[in-house]
Amino acid sequence: MAKLESSFKNMVISLVSIAVVAAAALAGVYTLTKDKIDQQKAEKVNKAILEVLPNQGAGAIIAPADTIDAAKDLIVYRAYSDSTFAPETYIGAAVKISANGFGGKFKIMVGFDANDLIVNYTVLEHQETPGLGDKMGKWFKTEKGNQDIRGRKAGALQVSKDMGGDVDAITAATWSSRYFLGAVNEAYAAIANEKVEVVTSASKQQAAPAVEPEEPKEETNQDVEPVKEMEEDHE
Amino acid sequence: MSNAFKTFTNGLLKENPTFVLVLGMCPTLATTTSAINGMSMGLATMFVLVCSNVVISMLKNLIPDKVRIPAFIVVIASFVTLVQLAMQAYVPAIYDVLGLFIPLIVVNCIVLGRAEAFAAKNNVGLSALDGLGMGLGFTMALTLLGAIREFLGAGSIFGFQIYPENYVNLIFVLAPGAFIALAYLLAIMNKLQKK
Amino acid sequence: MAYFLIFISAIFVNNIVLSQFLGICPFLGVSKKIDTALGMGAAVTFVLTVATIVTYLLQILLVKWGIEFLQTIVFILVIAALVQMIEIILKKVSPALYQALGVFLPLITTNCCILGVAIIVADPEQLAGKLPGEALAANLLTGTLFAFATAIGFALALVLFAGIREQLALAKVPKGMQGTPIALLTAGLLAMAFMGFSGVV
Repeated sequence: MAKLESSFKNMVISLVSIAVVAAAALAGVYTLTKDKIDQQKAEKVNKAILEVLPNQGAGAIIAPADTIDAAKDLIVYRAYSDSTFAPETYIGAAVKISANGFGGKFKIMVGFDANDLIVNYTVLEHQETPGLGDKMGKWFKTEKGNQDIRGRKAGALQVSKDMGGDVDAITAATWSSRYFLGAVNEAYAAIANEKVEVVTSASKQQAAPAVEPEEPKEETNQDVEPVKEMEEDHE
Repeated sequence: MSNAFKTFTNGLLKENPTFVLVLGMCPTLATTTSAINGMSMGLATMFVLVCSNVVISMLKNLIPDKVRIPAFIVVIASFVTLVQLAMQAYVPAIYDVLGLFIPLIVVNCIVLGRAEAFAAKNNVGLSALDGLGMGLGFTMALTLLGAIREFLGAGSIFGFQIYPENYVNLIFVLAPGAFIALAYLLAIMNKLQKK
Repeated sequence: MAYFLIFISAIFVNNIVLSQFLGICPFLGVSKKIDTALGMGAAVTFVLTVATIVTYLLQILLVKWGIEFLQTIVFILVIAALVQMIEIILKKVSPALYQALGVFLPLITTNCCILGVAIIVADPEQLAGKLPGEALAANLLTGTLFAFATAIGFALALVLFAGIREQLALAKVPKGMQGTPIALLTAGLLAMAFMGFSGVV
């Protein structure tokens, strides 16, 4: 077969027909894969929710998502043992939140039990430095020193380098740790029954020295509390 | 037979897209943080390369010369979108890691380069072999670079820990390590080829 | 101030070439002389900014018609057409500018930083991830600023690299390292220097 001439008619016909065939074929593939893609996306969120709930979400019925702050992607998924969603059947909640990290924004899912203690967490997306900040995915749920945050009360979690902090920061990634704990504290504030003073990495730098001399008693109370609960857990 | 064999091995060694032609550097540097990532990227590129080579070779007489580049780009972009949709549906974890670099296969010089230099002039069978050879050569290079970076930077290969993480040289999984590892790999390849 | 941070972030902290690995081909190819590097940088800045605005508006149409899956095809064709158009318009309107940038324009279509940035900006979620701070929302203004700042970062990396290579041409390099290997090694050191900016924003 001879090669088509580069006449205007031929050029238009050949380009248009290639484009139409390509678009049609892709439309077909798109409809075939669309359900699967949506399903995968939903599954990813669902898996994360179940992972962080008490008992891996066994027997939990998740109430409709409650968007607290769309800009921060702050969404609360409350879990109940009964589909009436009555307060007595409340098991815990998974909170999705995105926050600024060291290398860009990161997104985590934090789970709390009925007493608002941290059950587990998982990192959904992050841009932290590989090998340093990206250890956050495992660091804060590894039982070693003071780095495990599971079973603790959030709201005032801080790295031990900072005043009043008692969580060991990731080696060589203190800032990533600060941002991470700040996000956990914010997630806690979204579900906490009583209003709490949230310690985020940004507010802490200015707020901490200013608050401390004014109400030293409350500070110590807050510090002691999580330790007590940890002891109870071990027993 | 020998002609077909020559076409196939051409991309593997003599004209290896990464080591000899030094094409497609963006995905080579960006996605080789581990052996498995490098391999996935290589395989995705190989799929597009083979498919677009075959289709372009089939259509070569129906495409007037003056509009061949846009026509080629449409064909390549279609297959890239196909890969994108398929990966999102069946291997979302890998798609999340490679992210932006999957759609960017469209502007990978290797794909358009082979379409223009080989598929537009040869028959379907040879074009498929050329795409396969080039794709495998690219995959090999990416997997090798990924394995080296993973070994030096994370102490493992394909996820298997080889030596304790405390002794790793972190820089190799970071951005500068990509440039440095590839530089030395190319220098070694240069040296080997001269012999 | 928040807008100013976009520039710091895109130029230094997340430099498109040295930390995001986009646009490596022209980075290695047209960086032997500072003059050509400046020309290429200016051409990319111009095309990237215009292309991002056009593709951002196109994405709105694609979403409206429910055909987002054609994004890759549409974007690359639009970018190719746009580059051609810019070339023709420049030739007519400003021959002086055309003389300076003309040679680089055809090379830009296959520069992956154009398509890459267009795809990032078109997706509000991805764009929001690239913007520093929480005060900024993903919209046309921040998207355009991000594209412009990214292009400046590209130009900066290119010019710095060209400056180093001009000096390197006079140095004695071991045989096996000549050409691309030594260029890559230099880029690696430059990338290491840019890593010092991480965490600034």
